[in-house]
Amino acid sequence: MGVAIIGASMTKFGQRDAWLQSLLAQAGEECLDDAGVTPADVEHLYVSNMASGEFEGQTGVMNALAHDLGVLPAYSERVDQTSSSGGAGIYEAWQSVASGASEMTLLVGGEKMTHKTTGQATDIIASITHPAEYKHGVTLPSFAGMTARHYLERFDAPRESLARVAVKNHKNGVDNPKAQFQKEITMEKALESPIIADPLRLYDFCPITDGSAALLFTTEERAKELTDEYAVVSGIGGATDTHVVHERDDPTIMGGVVDSSEAAYEMAGIGPDDLDVAELHDMFTILEFLQLEGIGVAEQGTAWELATDGTTQKDGELPINTSGGLKSKGHPLGASGVAQGVEIYEQLVGEAGPRQVDAETALACNVGGFGNCVITTIVEAAE
Amino acid sequence: MTLEAGNCPNGHVSYPTHPRCPECGEPQDETFDFSEVTGEVVTWTTSTATPPGVREPNTLAIVEFDVSDVSGVPDASVRALGQATTDDIETGDAVEPVYVEELRDPDVGLKSANPESTDWDGYRWKPV
Repeated sequence: MGVAIIGASMTKFGQRDAWLQSLLAQAGEECLDDAGVTPADVEHLYVSNMASGEFEGQTGVMNALAHDLGVLPAYSERVDQTSSSGGAGIYEAWQSVASGASEMTLLVGGEKMTHKTTGQATDIIASITHPAEYKHGVTLPSFAGMTARHYLERFDAPRESLARVAVKNHKNGVDNPKAQFQKEITMEKALESPIIADPLRLYDFCPITDGSAALLFTTEERAKELTDEYAVVSGIGGATDTHVVHERDDPTIMGGVVDSSEAAYEMAGIGPDDLDVAELHDMFTILEFLQLEGIGVAEQGTAWELATDGTTQKDGELPINTSGGLKSKGHPLGASGVAQGVEIYEQLVGEAGPRQVDAETALACNVGGFGNCVITTIVEAAE
Repeated sequence: MTLEAGNCPNGHVSYPTHPRCPECGEPQDETFDFSEVTGEVVTWTTSTATPPGVREPNTLAIVEFDVSDVSGVPDASVRALGQATTDDIETGDAVEPVYVEELRDPDVGLKSANPESTDWDGYRWKPV
């Protein structure tokens, strides 16, 4: 059964006073309003969230949201796949409609993080690692530092190419009123910012963020009855790589990206050359390169050239992260994959405003952990 | 103390150990110690934003060890992530494991409520 997206919304990302339950409710309400669907029509509700218990001592958030939105007695479930919880939520939502289990599925992703110190938030995220890694004080940023060093040394890539990713995504974010940072940065600023995990600096990393995003899914048939503005999930794949990061044969290959994108391309019957726009999980600048290579847009060790020659700019051949990416939009863990979906939906239905590019086929790649779990989704404009 | 890796009946090795071999799914019913082996730095970073209870800065390295002799498996190697004993380290450096009783403070951070869930001792990499 063809699965369509008929509504999308997101709260302002950034430092928010609201706690998770109200952030989720805000995005959920706006999404139903966007599609003109009433709460009573919702049959399944998925809430993508990594760590509400660890961050604010609140669990059972799917039940809270179902009650707050008035969608009872809809089936509800919380989806945790760490940083890719949002993508995993898209997978669950797609499954629920494709299987016939639900005709109207609401997906809301969210996280509330900024009330913790950077150290506390880093520790919560680092708790996804294997105990043999955790006890050494490893953090996700330090995995990025080690991988970036290996990439730059092995492929002789210039350090500046990583900064170009940050500069590009900040530039894109200026046009996104929901982004945490609507502010351009210069190469100098990126290259001279404080070192966080050598050779990576502050501007190679996404910020810590509060926020929520939502998508509404239904069958293609029902979508046609309800609206002229919808997009179709034509391919989706999910895959898992090693839990222990150093056990991977090649530190520069994200197996989960390769495997999930292959599955998504196969389902959609397309390949990397068919993409018009993509949202990639730029939690760290180096990840944009690894994903461009993993999804088959660039050969191994060459994606840095696309940042340098302008290919991935908004006016380039394949715009990457028109939303501003996690880098400028922010990364409220469970919301991020959903927000990627919001951006490609808006691009495909022509609602991206100043960020609009010409796109019929879009891809979103949502990475959990350091490539531990990955969801790749391909969405196409309605015919 | 040991730096314990596992091997399976099909000759695959891994560090850390797993109940089943990540390569082939057979039970990993044997282990070997590679704490006496000298390894080579594959990549490293110095982290200057560390979580509560972790030294700052924290220099970490992924090191590759040739474990053919200690595992009995020809051409076998394992990689391991660990803290370095110095911030002065480079890719390609030869390093040896050095035992440390406490790699980070168990009494602070997310796991401080249940420190017994994890081992806090282990090995750092010291350039030779």
